[in-house]
Amino acid sequence: MEASGTKKKALTFQELLFTLQRFWAERGCVLQQPYDVEVGAGTMSPDTFLRVLGPKPVRIAYAQPSRRPADGRYGENPNRLFRHTQLQVILKPPPERVQEIYLESLEAIGIDLREHDIKFEEDNWEWPVGGAWGVGWQVMLDGLEITQFTYFQQCGGMDLDPICGEITYGLERIAGFLQDVDSIYDIVWAVEPDTGREVTYGAMRLPEEEQFSAYSFDYADVEKLWEHLRLYEAECLQLLERGKAVLGPGPGGRGREADSSATLRNDNQDKKPDVLTVKRFPVLGAYELALKCSHLFNLLDARGAISVTERVGVMARIRTLVVGVAKLYAGQGAAVEAAAPRA
Amino acid sequence: MAEFLFEIGLEEVPARMIAGAEAELRRRVVAMLERERLVEAEPGAETAAESFATPRRLAVRVRGVRERQEDAAEELLGPSAKIAFKDGVATPAAVAFAKKAGVVVEALTVVTTAKGEYLQAKVVRAGKTAAEVIAAELPKELAGMYWAKTMTWRAGKPERFVRPVRWLLALLGDAVVPVSFAGKASGNITYGHRVLHGEAPVVIERPHAYETELEKAFVVADVEVRRERIRKALDRVCRGVEGARWREDAELVETVTQLTEWPTVLLGGFEPEYLTLPEEVLVTVMRDHQKYFAVEDAAGTLAPHFLTVLNTEVNAAGEAVIRHGNERVLRARFNDARFFWEFDQRVPLEERTKLLETVTFQKDLGSYAAKTERMRRAAAALARRVPGVDAPALDTAARLAKTDLTAELVKEFTELQGVVGGLYARAQGVSETACAAIYDQYRPVGMEDSVPRTAEGSLLAIADKADTIAGMFGLGMEPTGSKDPFALRRAANGIVTILAQGSLPLTLVEVAEAGAEGKTELIGRMLGFFRERVEFYLREAKGQAYDVVAAVLAAGFEDVRDAVARAEAVTAVRVASGSGGDDFAAVSAAFKRMKNILAQAREKGIEVPGRVDEALLLEPEETALAERAGDLAGQVDALRAAGEYEGALRAIAGLRPQVDAFFDAVMVMVPEPQVRGNRLALLARVLGDFSRIADFSEIVTAG
Repeated sequence: MEASGTKKKALTFQELLFTLQRFWAERGCVLQQPYDVEVGAGTMSPDTFLRVLGPKPVRIAYAQPSRRPADGRYGENPNRLFRHTQLQVILKPPPERVQEIYLESLEAIGIDLREHDIKFEEDNWEWPVGGAWGVGWQVMLDGLEITQFTYFQQCGGMDLDPICGEITYGLERIAGFLQDVDSIYDIVWAVEPDTGREVTYGAMRLPEEEQFSAYSFDYADVEKLWEHLRLYEAECLQLLERGKAVLGPGPGGRGREADSSATLRNDNQDKKPDVLTVKRFPVLGAYELALKCSHLFNLLDARGAISVTERVGVMARIRTLVVGVAKLYAGQGAAVEAAAPRA
Repeated sequence: MAEFLFEIGLEEVPARMIAGAEAELRRRVVAMLERERLVEAEPGAETAAESFATPRRLAVRVRGVRERQEDAAEELLGPSAKIAFKDGVATPAAVAFAKKAGVVVEALTVVTTAKGEYLQAKVVRAGKTAAEVIAAELPKELAGMYWAKTMTWRAGKPERFVRPVRWLLALLGDAVVPVSFAGKASGNITYGHRVLHGEAPVVIERPHAYETELEKAFVVADVEVRRERIRKALDRVCRGVEGARWREDAELVETVTQLTEWPTVLLGGFEPEYLTLPEEVLVTVMRDHQKYFAVEDAAGTLAPHFLTVLNTEVNAAGEAVIRHGNERVLRARFNDARFFWEFDQRVPLEERTKLLETVTFQKDLGSYAAKTERMRRAAAALARRVPGVDAPALDTAARLAKTDLTAELVKEFTELQGVVGGLYARAQGVSETACAAIYDQYRPVGMEDSVPRTAEGSLLAIADKADTIAGMFGLGMEPTGSKDPFALRRAANGIVTILAQGSLPLTLVEVAEAGAEGKTELIGRMLGFFRERVEFYLREAKGQAYDVVAAVLAAGFEDVRDAVARAEAVTAVRVASGSGGDDFAAVSAAFKRMKNILAQAREKGIEVPGRVDEALLLEPEETALAERAGDLAGQVDALRAAGEYEGALRAIAGLRPQVDAFFDAVMVMVPEPQVRGNRLALLARVLGDFSRIADFSEIVTAG
C-alpha cells in the first residue's frame, strides 16, 4: 500500500487497543477489564448484557476475548478465529453525536477518512437466547466490515429505557487492515522498543487456535459436555428460584407466582427481606452459570453433537436461564433503588 | 403563493426502505396540503411536488402553496329544536351550542333535516396561516409513516422511527415554518456529506436552492440524478479495461444509489487464478456480499475485475488506497469460498444423502431424507406422463437434489443452494442431465427469473414444490392473507410459470395428484390454490384484464399453457380494431343476456329441455340463429381443437347478426311452455357450444 505506506507507521495490535481505550476514556468511559468467563461476544459480558438494564446511565469500554468454537479453523484459515477480540463500548444513553464521535475514533487510530470510503449499512443485531435485539449498522471501510454499531432496544425480553448505544470494534480485522496483512497471524502485536523485534499475533495465539479447534471439533467429550451443561443449568435454575423467593417475581410477573414464592422463604415469611439480603443475592453468579451453559452449547454445536431437532429445545433451555437472570437483575436493581435512603 | 420545502435529517436509513419512504413522505405532505386547502390542484392534475432522498435525508418540495387558508363558511348542526328551546326560551343546550360555535344565541337558526328540526349555527372559520397548519399537521404525518422496522432512542420512548432524527428543515418561501418532531425544531439548516463537507451547517435560503446548495456540500439529493451518475460512471470506469462491460444489475444499482450521497466508481481487480472457481460463486461473493458489479469481457465471460461504488470522491492516491482495501477483502472472501469448495469435495454428494436424515425439513414432515423420497416418487409419477424424459437421470437428480444443504459453501452462501449441488454433481461425474436438473431446481425464484432449462429440471422443480405445498396443506398450513411463512404462493407460482413457459404436457390436476399422492380431499384444496395462482399469473405476468381472466378460467384452468393461449386470444379479438372487436363485445353482451335468462328460468323452476326441437322454431330469427349456430359450432370446434383460438373467437363473433336479430324480434319467456322451453334450449345450446374457450358472459362490456 504505497499510498499510505509513506505515512506514519501503522499501529501495532496493542497500540490499537491502547488508542481506542484512551479515546473512549477521554470521552467519559470507564475502562473495564475483560470478563473472565467464556463468552461468544462482548455483548454477553455482564458489563453490557446486565448494565444496559435499568435507568442508570453507563459509559464503559472493555476489550473482550470472544470464543466461537464453530469458527475455529485449526489456525489454517487466515481470516477466521476460534477466539477473537472485540472492543466493546457501551453508552447509555447514547450521545447525540455518537456516530460522529465514532468516526473521530477511526481518525484517532490513523484512518484518514478523506482517503477512505466509509458506509453505514443496515445490520440489525439480535441474540434470541438473551431476548435481546437492536437496530443499527455494520460500518464498512473500503468494503471491510470493521464495526457493528447497535442501538440496543430490548434485553432479556424487556424494553430498554433509556436505550443504549453499543459499538463493537473487530480488533483483528482493523489491525489487519491498518497493517495491510493478508493473514491475521501476521498482525504485529507488539514491537520491542530496544531491539525492534516484532511479536506477531501468530506467535502469541496460533497454538491456542490449533489446540482449541482440535478440542472443540475432535477431543471434547460429548457426554461430559452434556453433563456439565446439566449441572450448570440445574444450579442456575436453583438460584433463579431462590432469587424469585428473595426478590419477588421480576417485572411482569405478579400474582400467582408471588404467592408460591412466598412459601419458599424459610424465615420471616411475613416480612420483606432486608436490603442487604437483596443486595447480596448472587444474580451475577447465576449469570455466570448461564454463560457457562451458553458456551457448552457452542462447544456441543461445534462438535456436531446437537441435532437440528434438539437444537431449538436446548436453545430454549438456555434462554430460560439468560432471560430469567436479566429479569431478576432488573428486579434487584429496582428493589435496591427503592430501599435506598432518599438524598 | 410560495414554495414549501421540508427535509428530515436522519442517521443512515436502511437502503431498502428509502424509496418507499421518499414516496410516502411526498404523498403525505401533498395530501395534507390539499386537505388543508393550502394548495389547489388543477382539476384532474396532480399537485406539483418533487421529492428527494439520500441515506441521511428525506425531502419534499411543493410549489404554489398559499400563505394562508381562505376563510370558510361553515354550517354547524346543533341539538334538536325541541330540546334547545322551551316555550321560546333558550335552554342550556342552546346556550352551550352557541358558545361552542362562537355565536350569540340569537344568531342560531332552525333547519329541517330528515330526522327533524335542529339548531344550526353559521360560522365563518377564519383561515389559518400555512405556517400554523403545517406546524400542527406535519408532525402527525411524520409519526404516521410506515417503516419495516423502527426503534426508540429518546428517554421515555416518546416516538418510534426508523433511525434517530437529527434535524428538520422547513421553509415556506424564505421563512422558516416552525415544525417540531422527535425533539427537534425546524430551521433553514441542513447538513452535507459526512466526510467531504463535514459538520458545518448548510443554510438553505429559499426552497428552490435546495439541491444546488446540497450539491456544493457533496450531496446529490435527487435519487434519479444519483442513479444516472452511477450508471454513467460505471460505463466510464469500465472503459479502463479493454473490451470489458459491467454486468447489468438493476437491483444492485438501486441498492448503491440508496447507500450513497456522493457516488463515484472505482475499478478493482483480483488474481485470475480465482477464475477457476465457478462463476456463480464469484459473482455471488461480489454482488451479494460486497455489492460489487461483476465485469465481463467481450465474449461475455467473467473478467478478473470488479466495480465498486464509493460514497466519496478521492484523488489518485486515495483511489489506490481504497482499491487496495477492497481487493484485499475480496481476496479473503474468495479464499474462504475456495476453502469451502475444496473442503466440500471431500464428501461426495452420494455420501451426503445419508446426512440428510439429520436435516429437518419441517418438524411434522420429517427430514430432508424423507422429503427426498417423496420428491422421487412425485418426479417419477410426473415423468410417466412426459414422453422422452430421461427418467433415470431425473431420479438421480431427485435423490441428490437436497444434499448440497449439508455443504459448507451453501451454509456460507445460502442463495447458492441448488446451484452448488449442480456444480458439485458435475465435478463428481454425475450425468449432465441430472446436474442441470439439480442446478435449476429452485427456479424460477421470482416472476422475472427463468424456468429450468430442461424437462428433467422442470419436473424436479415441480415435484419439489408440489411436495412442499401438499405437505403444508396436509398440516393445514395454507397461506392466509399476508401470511405465507413457507412461501407456498411462490412455490405454486413457480409451478404455474414452469407449465406456462415450458412444453410439458402436464395439467395442474396431475401435478396435485403427484404431490398429494392420491389424497382426494387434499388434491381438491391444492387445485383451488393453483387456480388462484393461475389467475395471479395471467393478470400479473401476462397483464390480462380481470374479466378476461375470469372468462377464461371459467372454461378451465388445469391446462395452464392452454389457459394462457385462450386469454391471449380473447384479448386479441376483443381489442381488434374495426367491427371484429365490436362484434365480440356485442356477442359477449348477448351471451350474458342469455345466461341471465336461463338463470331466471331456473329460478322460476322452468325446465330447459336437453335439445332443440326444430319443429318448434316459429320465428325466422330463431331459425336463423339455430342454423347459423349449428354451422359455426363445428367450425369453432375444429379451430379450437387445432389451438386456433383467435380464429374460433372470430367465428363466434360472426354470430352477431343472428344474435342481435334474435333478441330484437324474439321473446323468449312467452306463455306457451313448449315454445318457451324450446327457446331456452336454443340459448343453452348456443352458450354451451361457444363457452369452451371462455365464458363470455364474464366479459365486461361498455353500457
